[in-house]
Amino acid sequence: MIPAYASLSERIWFYAFRVGCGLILLFLVIPILVIIPLSFNSDSFLIYPMSGFSLRWYEEFFFSDTWTHALKNSLIVAPFATLLAMVFGTLASIGLTRVDFPGKALVTAILISPMVVPVVIVGVATYLVFAPIGLSGSYVGLILVHAALGVPFVVTTVSATLQGFDYNLVRAAASLGANPVTAFFRVTLPLVAPGVISGGLFAFGISFDEVVVTLFLASPEQTTLPRQMFSGIRENISPAIAAVATILTIFAVLMLLTLEWLRGRSERMRTSASNR
Amino acid sequence: MKQKQSTMKLLALAAGMLTIGAAQADLTVISFGGTNQKAQVKAFYEPFTKETRIAIVQGEYNGEQAKIKAMVDARNVTWDVVEVESPELARGCEEGVYEKLDYSRIGNKKDFLDSAIRECGFGFFVWSTVLAYNADSLKVAPTSWSDFWDLKKFPGKRGMRKGAKFTLEFALMADGVKPAEVYKVLGTKAGVERAFKKLDQIKPHIQWWEAGAQPPQLLASGDVVMSSAYNGRIAAAQQEGRNLKIVWTGNIYDVEFFALPVGVTQRDAAYKFLATVGKADNQKVYSSEIPYGPTNLKAMAQIPAAVAAELPTAPANAKTAVASNTSFWVEHGEDLEQRFNAWAAR
Amino acid sequence: MSAKAIGEAVSGAPSETATPLKTQLRRAERLKKLKYGALIAPLALFLLLTFLWPIGALLMRSIENPEVPEALPQTLRALAGWDRQALPGEDAYAALVADLTENKGSRTLAVAAKRMNMEEPGFRSLFMNTARKLPLEPGVDAREGLLEIDSQWGELGTWQLIARNGRAYTDYFLLAAVDLYRDGAGNIVQADPSASIFVDIFVRTFWMSLIVTVWCVVLGYPVAYLLATQSSRVSNLLMIFVLLPFWTSILVRVAAWIVLLQQGGLINMGLISLGIIDQPLQLVFNRIGVYIAMVHILLPFMILPLYSVMKGISPTYLRAAVSLGCPPFKSYWKVYFPMTIPGLAAGGLLVFIISMGYYITPALLGSPKEQMASYFVAFYTNETTNWGMAAALSAVLLLATLILYFVYNRLVGSATSGARPR
Repeated sequence: MIPAYASLSERIWFYAFRVGCGLILLFLVIPILVIIPLSFNSDSFLIYPMSGFSLRWYEEFFFSDTWTHALKNSLIVAPFATLLAMVFGTLASIGLTRVDFPGKALVTAILISPMVVPVVIVGVATYLVFAPIGLSGSYVGLILVHAALGVPFVVTTVSATLQGFDYNLVRAAASLGANPVTAFFRVTLPLVAPGVISGGLFAFGISFDEVVVTLFLASPEQTTLPRQMFSGIRENISPAIAAVATILTIFAVLMLLTLEWLRGRSERMRTSASNR
Repeated sequence: MKQKQSTMKLLALAAGMLTIGAAQADLTVISFGGTNQKAQVKAFYEPFTKETRIAIVQGEYNGEQAKIKAMVDARNVTWDVVEVESPELARGCEEGVYEKLDYSRIGNKKDFLDSAIRECGFGFFVWSTVLAYNADSLKVAPTSWSDFWDLKKFPGKRGMRKGAKFTLEFALMADGVKPAEVYKVLGTKAGVERAFKKLDQIKPHIQWWEAGAQPPQLLASGDVVMSSAYNGRIAAAQQEGRNLKIVWTGNIYDVEFFALPVGVTQRDAAYKFLATVGKADNQKVYSSEIPYGPTNLKAMAQIPAAVAAELPTAPANAKTAVASNTSFWVEHGEDLEQRFNAWAAR
Repeated sequence: MSAKAIGEAVSGAPSETATPLKTQLRRAERLKKLKYGALIAPLALFLLLTFLWPIGALLMRSIENPEVPEALPQTLRALAGWDRQALPGEDAYAALVADLTENKGSRTLAVAAKRMNMEEPGFRSLFMNTARKLPLEPGVDAREGLLEIDSQWGELGTWQLIARNGRAYTDYFLLAAVDLYRDGAGNIVQADPSASIFVDIFVRTFWMSLIVTVWCVVLGYPVAYLLATQSSRVSNLLMIFVLLPFWTSILVRVAAWIVLLQQGGLINMGLISLGIIDQPLQLVFNRIGVYIAMVHILLPFMILPLYSVMKGISPTYLRAAVSLGCPPFKSYWKVYFPMTIPGLAAGGLLVFIISMGYYITPALLGSPKEQMASYFVAFYTNETTNWGMAAALSAVLLLATLILYFVYNRLVGSATSGARPR
């Protein structure tokens, strides 16, 4: 808070700063919030004032083959991609945090690289290599590449969680007779679960929002929700797009809440552990 | 133990889900989407499915040949029937992307326009790129491509297809080249320069479009005052009550084809589909859904006069029209598209 | 670390006390490395197959050139010792006739013709038409026969082009990606201005990324500071404003900006009804629209790393400086700001690297003048199926990105420790 002895210019600066930040924060959320009411518009224009309330665009979403097919595809591809990224990513993170070897920095950099290589390059590259072996235009191909794109996020989040992990607990489990696998599932995993799940959520978000690789790799049968939105936006921004956007935003809110909850949980766990 | 069981179940489910699509013997038909596809559904897909009980998986694309080429290279062809424009068809036929057709399985060659019968493609409609405008926002009607270039008389943005094909032809016509001589001029280096120079005049005022559904949208929203557009899409927007008008002067028409990629898996069904597409009754339905001309001569005779007048094949509309020159675009397409792309990006 | 290792070594191998402790330790350490190395292996293998191999193969494509050698093997053999100064001898003509006759109507020939058409428009039909008219009548001389079909066979350039593409590898695509090419004699020269575009495109990609990054810094820094200095209750609440867009689909955000910015969109309607303007402003399908949307999408990537760095800075430093008589602004600049530089560098580079590869936002919100390097990669892949060109452009873009990534890694330290905010 602003101290009582602050000068006038300090006061002006204090409030100007806050107003400025407030505007920037509004800039961040308003576009997302603006589109939601329009999805309930009864006619086909994306303009305020709205002519009336209607659910017809949601009907169009849930009863059109194109959109439901796309939704189904997204719900096939994203979970499998997430699962792959989580399993590979978690194992590798454990390995990375537990040993030092020459070239570790390089290996880490390579494991993180899918995050920085421009997606168009990933799309073209995988498409040209996957096509001759029959993996383009297939769910498997799409899942594999989406998993690769999600891996860095799992590795970074899980590694960060593991850095605060006390390996004496595993040793204690071992001394009490647990074999390494049991120790992993009963001790390590529950403790790093928040990290693994947030990593997984990141991976899920990446796959669920991925368009570019999908543009190259998917044939119409594998059209995902973002891919369908891409053609929709390009051709005709109708309130149907706004309806899909609203559904996706609700989805984003759910993801966000889950993550916040996980973070809170792991923080509580950490503080209770250190209070011990 | 219980955990293991549920894991197994999950894996089985996973395997099941992954095979979705692979096991079905549906026919995948890829077209250019939008109103055109909707008309195809009504005229061709539905009768086909009714007759053969084979379901159709619809897909859309914007004519990019890369995916088809990759599929053929990989011998993993998942698209069975593809809608293609004629230069791409000719190139694809030479490069072994499209199968040589067996017309005995489609119909009697004599029933169709000559230009519809190609070695690797079956022409199923005649379409045209026209000048379209929004009659609500323009008080005076434009009458030619010269008017399209007239920024003083018709201020505002113009829509054009993002690509060299047809854009360069329109530019030359606007510059006074006679329709019959467009390709002769464009075949020379000076002609190409002339076309780009003419395009330079209105470059800042052009809104480029890529999908056929865009021009009616841009016109209706007032983003552009006039646009090059596929005649069928404009007609569809007219039916929805938009006050859009077509100028037929200097339109460029071409035949659109269905082709089968080499190594198509559902060959029998694909041929049955082509036969369905060739039938006069179905083509008549297609032309009344979207005003593109039929290629079946019998269908042409059956079309009511009011509908026929809206088709690119109507004598009044074809009078000042230019037939798209396939061999010119096969030869110069890649080069001019690259040049165009470089020009547009500057 | 060593204490743990001792513990493990002792408890793990009590019977082997005969071997020196040092050896045991080393063995245990090696075992551990293997064990944990094995955990990294699946991911490494997975990425190798789904990521590194495809990218390697793509880069190889930028120098591969198999089309002409496959279609014209005899001709190339005949041209092997040719000096490229004057027209080749009779044997080359004969070999060409033989090659073309053999491959007439084949895919091999069409693909080679397409390849040469890339360098010299007109070569496709030269080859296809010539092949169509072969074989020559018996007894007709190969050279005369070919010249009869097309006079271009009597031009030096035609033969130079064939010879230039005689090897399985080429630098044509990589040179073209930076607006260069080899002339008939094989010298590297600047491409014609009407065709040279890529240097401009890379500069544009760089420039647009820079602008976006600068805006992200300008807008992100104060917000991160605000978030870092509030009580955790308030900052958690405000954080939602940053995280909600972060988690919302990019396409949703692009759609939202189109709705807001288009001619009849909310912003134009609002400004007109307020009487500020009478004609709608062009805010979308141009540079402004792309910048606005990109800054909106990338701002969280700037705020989050900055926030995590600022959170770690104790406010006492600033208080100490002020209490020692330094004016607030100066003390802020001298004391606080330098400590935030790591976050600034991390966020800035992250935003810059991501911007460099942007495709979706310019594609949906920009005109051709806003398209960045990625667009051209996609264009050559899909529309002209010139995969060599797509690969070469990818190679240049990838190189630029990797250099930046290397710098980023240096600045951030080991990527595992803090690349990901929160």
